[in-house]
Amino acid sequence: MAALRCFLRSGKGAVSVLLRRELHATAPASAQVMVRDALNQAMDEELERDERVFLLGEEVAQYDGAYKVSRGLWKKYGDKRIIDTPITEVMCDSVLAPPPQAGLRPICEFMTFNFSMQAIDQVINSAAKTYYMSAGLQPVPIVFRGPNGASAGVAAQHSQCFAAWYGHCPGLKVISPWSAEDCKGLLKSAIRDDNPVVFLENELMYGVPFEMSEEAQSKDFTIPIGKAKIERPGSHITLVSHSRFVGHCLDAAAVLAKEGIECEVINLRTIRPLDVECIEGSVMKTNHLVTVEGGWPQFGVGAEICARIMEGPAFNYLDAPAVRVTGVDIPMPYAKILEDNSIPQIKDIIFSVKKTLNV
Amino acid sequence: MKNMLTIISNALCRITGKNVLLIDLSEYVSLTSPAAPALAKTQRQPPKPPPGARVVVSRSYADFTPQATFDIKKCEVHRLEEGPAGKAELTREQGLQYYRTMQTIRRMELRADQLYKQKIIRGFCHLYDGQEACAVGIESAINPSDHLITAYRSHGYTYTRGVSVKEILAELTGRKGGVAKGKGGSMHMYAPHFYGGNGIVGAQIPLGAGIALACQYQGNNQVCVTLYGDGAANQGQLFESFNMAALWKLPCIFICENNRYGMGTSVERASASTDYYMRGDFIPGIRVDGMDVLCVREATKFAADHCRAGKGPIVMELQTYRYHGHSMSDPGVSYRTREEIQEVRSKSDPISLLKERMLSSNMASAEEFKVIDVEIRKEVEEAAQFATSDPEPPLEELCNHIFYNEAPIEVRGTNPWSKLKSVS
Repeated sequence: MAALRCFLRSGKGAVSVLLRRELHATAPASAQVMVRDALNQAMDEELERDERVFLLGEEVAQYDGAYKVSRGLWKKYGDKRIIDTPITEVMCDSVLAPPPQAGLRPICEFMTFNFSMQAIDQVINSAAKTYYMSAGLQPVPIVFRGPNGASAGVAAQHSQCFAAWYGHCPGLKVISPWSAEDCKGLLKSAIRDDNPVVFLENELMYGVPFEMSEEAQSKDFTIPIGKAKIERPGSHITLVSHSRFVGHCLDAAAVLAKEGIECEVINLRTIRPLDVECIEGSVMKTNHLVTVEGGWPQFGVGAEICARIMEGPAFNYLDAPAVRVTGVDIPMPYAKILEDNSIPQIKDIIFSVKKTLNV
Repeated sequence: MKNMLTIISNALCRITGKNVLLIDLSEYVSLTSPAAPALAKTQRQPPKPPPGARVVVSRSYADFTPQATFDIKKCEVHRLEEGPAGKAELTREQGLQYYRTMQTIRRMELRADQLYKQKIIRGFCHLYDGQEACAVGIESAINPSDHLITAYRSHGYTYTRGVSVKEILAELTGRKGGVAKGKGGSMHMYAPHFYGGNGIVGAQIPLGAGIALACQYQGNNQVCVTLYGDGAANQGQLFESFNMAALWKLPCIFICENNRYGMGTSVERASASTDYYMRGDFIPGIRVDGMDVLCVREATKFAADHCRAGKGPIVMELQTYRYHGHSMSDPGVSYRTREEIQEVRSKSDPISLLKERMLSSNMASAEEFKVIDVEIRKEVEEAAQFATSDPEPPLEELCNHIFYNEAPIEVRGTNPWSKLKSVS
């Protein structure tokens, strides 16, 4: 009896020790997940969750995806849900626009967003505007996804950033994620959203691993569209960016921290709707703003952020003009040395921060 | 005395088959070759060395058949009374030249493959090996003043349209000696009357129709060869171009290089109709054996004559094959078998086909081909050396060539303090 009580007590002790261990352990179940796999998981989970969801695009099925993002999905879900199309971007769109009205929820993959220009009429005129034009009769729950922006050595026709192009259009939601967590949570939200969503990935990020918390790995993990994230708090200057350049900003911030400059780095996550409150709040704290993007300067994401800051309450808190760090205003050249100098480098961000802070 | 020596020497040559001739006797002796097969008809031709080639083997041209006629595969036709003839004439010098050009393209592409694997070439690289007969056959049937536009598998055409191997490889490696000064890369190489090199699938087709419109507008009797692949054959812009070209009778030769796979998708999985030569509907079409340079040449001549006669556009489908995958990042074996690739290589290789024809009709010797091969290897190796050692373009070039014929403008760099200069 005493032995039993003893055993039970030690058992309880053991259990509580275990519990304590679990509570103290910071990330026993977190894992290193590549962006590509996070996207794959998101699509897999949503395909499983909702019969109406299907994926359509060039080489998405049997080839496992041009960039292997849809790897394994065709084997799992078959021809009906993962569809290889001929090289006809327009049809990808126009075939997909009515199905939402017929109750389906398509995901349309563009091999790169450069090819979406072949079909951009359908994205804007058939997807984005239809709910408005029909005064609420015809919603279009569709996701357009694919890699956007510059890659490595793919030259002018394959390196353009479309964040500003799509961000310009009312009726669309435009997402530009950075980390694996962003990609998974936002893609799931995009698929569940009842509106047309343009999901701008980045080819150079596909193979980059990020730590994903256990929560982020769960099947119901979503990130709300339209909310930015402060990746690194700071007090001297606000750096706002999206997609791959968030990483560049964090690297620049690490270098600047050694010189005593603390940058607050904001990951926009969504281009449209823009989370202006987050940026304003940060600027009101730091009094300085630098935006960083890969796209061209004219009429770009940075230009919009600066305009909004000027029009809002945060303007009075600026101690220096807001500054944009952008791609060079030229078509993308091929030669490595020219290409490297056509997009923002970490040194450009550091330089702009110091000029803005006048140090 | 000289005559005596000549006669003796010739006799010795004929007996032994060895070549130490004092005088070239082809003018004086009748041209019959003991080895000529029944198919070939021989004809007197004044001998000329092939352009640009040194005659290293000092064998009498009398020993070679200077011209022969070959049977070529009859082309299937669409909306035509008759297609190109089923026979093609080939002179020795033409044959050697086609061989030389195809082999140069082949070696250049294989060298590019190596450079890519060494990471000296980066980005996209879509290789043309296997399809050489298309580029060479087409070029041999049109004039340099005619126009040509193609998609991204363009290195072969860049060469046939007059750009040197050196400039092509240097463009692939992104150096200032490249044909586009390193700014274009693999898919964006240009030359007079050659409009690239286009990255977006199908986008070059309306451009080609536009060039044909310009030819018509200027009344210069030129044609535009507009190339596209089996993948692009399903693009809407192709059919828009067909309509306009037919309506306005534009001198446009639409050529579909059907290599059976659009990236990883076979033609059966992509096209409701794989009769690409018929897809022009109201436009006449010819289906051509794209592995036979003579077949391609005859069909292109036929097509060019059709256009120049004011009959409007015409469609050609070249049935061909690529040995490499879609690009260097595609191994090319996940959607087709190695056996299939091997079979095409062994039975239908365009270069082997031509070589065997010439050898079996005694139009050239195996040694001659070997010599040409050695010369080409040397040329390609020198080009690769140049492409690896030439410096990258200078940063001052970064912003140039945005506009044509303009005063210099200021271009914004990555930040507001970076003001760069652009000249036309």
